[in-house]
Order: sequence, then structure tokens, then C-alpha cells
Amino acid sequence: MKRRTLGIGFCAALLVGSALVAAMSSARLAQGAADQPAATSITIDNFSFTPKEITIAKGTTVTWVNHDDVPHTVVSADKKFKSKALDTDDTFSFTFTDAGTYGYFCSVHPIMTGKVIVR
Amino acid sequence: MEDTIKENLNPDGIDRRGFLKCMAWAGTGTLCVMQGGVLKSFAFSGTNERDASSIVKGDFAFAQISDSHIGFNKAANPDVTATLREAIAKLNALPRRPEFVLHTGDLTQLSKDDEFDALDQSLKAVRTDRIFYVPGEHDVLNDNGAQYRERYGKDAKGDGWHSFDYKGVHFVGLVNVMNLKAGGLGSLGQEQLKWLESDVKGLKHSTPVVVFAHIPLWAVYPEWGWGTDDSEQALSYLKGFGSVTVLNGHIHQVMQKVEGNVTFHAAMSTAFPQPAPGQGPSPGPMKVPDDKLRSVLGITNVDFVRGKHTLAVVDSSLQGA
Repeated sequence: MKRRTLGIGFCAALLVGSALVAAMSSARLAQGAADQPAATSITIDNFSFTPKEITIAKGTTVTWVNHDDVPHTVVSADKKFKSKALDTDDTFSFTFTDAGTYGYFCSVHPIMTGKVIVR
Repeated sequence: MEDTIKENLNPDGIDRRGFLKCMAWAGTGTLCVMQGGVLKSFAFSGTNERDASSIVKGDFAFAQISDSHIGFNKAANPDVTATLREAIAKLNALPRRPEFVLHTGDLTQLSKDDEFDALDQSLKAVRTDRIFYVPGEHDVLNDNGAQYRERYGKDAKGDGWHSFDYKGVHFVGLVNVMNLKAGGLGSLGQEQLKWLESDVKGLKHSTPVVVFAHIPLWAVYPEWGWGTDDSEQALSYLKGFGSVTVLNGHIHQVMQKVEGNVTFHAAMSTAFPQPAPGQGPSPGPMKVPDDKLRSVLGITNVDFVRGKHTLAVVDSSLQGA
């Protein structure tokens, strides 16, 4: 008898507990989705970064992929991150843990610039 | 091509319309020779080369090749080693053997060991005494040019700049592909500019000067990065010199500009063409029909005629003999 009561109570607690956790997670997800852009990936093509400017949430990882016929690099203007030379189809990723505005450019073709804004 | 341009001297000695017509032909195998301001042209084919040598007399000749991009293998040219070898055959067939060759950069595509090795292997076939180099942005990836300097810049200073004298002409190799700033163009930097100023200070103004560097030292098309931020300062040290010739690469097409006593010249690539300024989505490799490729790749021959203030700069494509 005792065991049964305990079992039901326990399950009930669990259910309530998980409902609460689920509610909190989806709330956090919803908040994240509002800051998260459609893509955390930036394409390099025709000597340009697309999108040229993005806004992301802290903790997001951005991946650059080079679709040009020539190598490019991704170098932050204040030396916070720097990729090796990326040949066609090579990628470079960086996780932005701190809020701020990060201007970057291609050190091989410096006329190419972009910006990541982290909230 | 049988057409010839009639000489038509203006007070400044340069036939402007003929010059422009000539430049339109450059790259189809036509020789445009400017000797002392007088423009002559004749078709550059196997049979006419003997005529060319008898007309183009100079104290010495040297050649310029550029943008070999060894390692590149995309649509614009899947075999850049083959076209480089054709360019070398062209160099070896010039009416007058070049006493040395200048390579104005982008030797390789990705600064890789095996790419530099392959280039060196191909260049062994050039019949000349020496090859001088300046790096392109493709040659200094990942290691700030350490590999490039190890191979080609042992006698050079700083990032690889150097100068030498040859039969009374002063040659200066500059590096404008290092420490580039966001949003900027090519850059020489203060250390190199200081060196350049002292390098040319002691020269008599009658000494002809040839400057070679990868990115153009004039504003060809800044929107595409085709220019050098601090070239004005460099050229200011050469004010007053009677004859200054600037040889560049990077843009993969022939382009020339004359400003007073300075002649600027950019050469074709031996690997692939790029669009004319603004005439394409980007300054990247441009695919042309296979049977047209060799007409847009080529070499440059330069004749120095003692006593003439202008060097005869002649471009010829890989098309034809």
C-alpha cells in the first residue's frame, strides 16, 4: 500500500517536474530563436561575405564556407579570431561567447569585410 | 594581323589614338613597341620575329611573367603548369634572349611546398641568367611569407624587398601584399618606404628606374582592391627621375598608364584571365571558351634602349607561334 502511494506521488512529482522543465526550456528556446538568425553560416563567394552583417546570441557558433575559386581568410579586425587560408569548400568556425561587435576581413583580399554583432 | 599603325607624332611624341588601338590588340599577338615615344606595331608571329629583332634594338632585354598560380585547377584553367610551360617556350623564342626574368608574384595558388617545387621545376627550362621575384598575396598565406623568403628572398630585406643594378638601370622589387588592413588595398608600409627612400636617394636622376611589385602601384580599380594605399609616397621618391617604369601583375590583364615620366604596366597572367574592371561579379578567375584561353594569357618583353627615356614594353599572348 505504502509503496503504491509513494509510486503515484513520485510519478506525479516527476510529471510536474518535467512539465516545469519543459516549459522553461521552450521559453529559453523561444528567446533564443528571436535572436538567432535564419543561418549561422556565412558564405564566401564572388569576393564577398554573405550575409555581410549578422546578429547572433552569445554562445552561437558561426561557420564560414568558401565557395569561391580562390582562397580567402577570415580575420577579425582586433585579432580575436583568425582562420588559415580557406580553399574552395573549406570551412572555419568560431564560437562567440562574449557580446560585442566583431568586424572582420579577408587578409588576402582586404577589400572584403563583414561584421558579426553578438547580443 | 597585317595592319600597321602610321606614325603620327604629337608634340609630346606619343600617338594617342595609335596607342589606344595598339593596347586593344595587345593579347592577340601584336607587338606594340614604344621607343623614345614613337609607336610602332607589327604582327608577332613566327615569320615576323626576325623583322621584330631588327627593329627592336636595345642595349639589353629582360622579360616579365606573372601570376602563374601553380596549384590552381578550377574551370578557368585546369592545367596552369601547361600554360606556364607554353609561356616559357614563348620566352625562349623571343627575338632577343632576355638577360633575366622578373616574376611579379602569385607564383603559387596556396603557398604550398609542392606548388613552389613544381614552379621551380618548370622555370628550370627558362633560357636566362637569373629570375627575380616579388611575392603575391597567394604566396604568403599562413606563414607571413616565411616559405617564400626562404626560397626566393634570401638576399632581400624585411618582407622580401630588394634592389639591384643592371647595366646602368636600377631595379627595385617591392612587396605590397603583407600586413594588409581591413577594407584597404595593397600596402607597402613605413619600413619599406623608408628603405626605398634611402635606396634611390643617391642615384643620379638620369638613371632609368624599374620598379616591380605584385599589386598595381596605381589605382586601377579600388573597388576590387586593385591599387596600393601608400604608392603615392613611394612614387614621390622617384619624382625627378627621367625614366621610371613600373611593372605589376595581380589583375591578369594588360593595362598601361603613362603619367609624366612614369609608365605603369600590368601584365597578363600565365594561368587564367580576370574580368576587366567592373565587368564581372568579382575580380576572380574568369572562364573563357577553351579556344580563346591562350589569347588572354601571355608574357611581357622589355627592351632597354640606352639614351631613350622610355623602355619598350611589349606584351604577347600565348596564341599563335
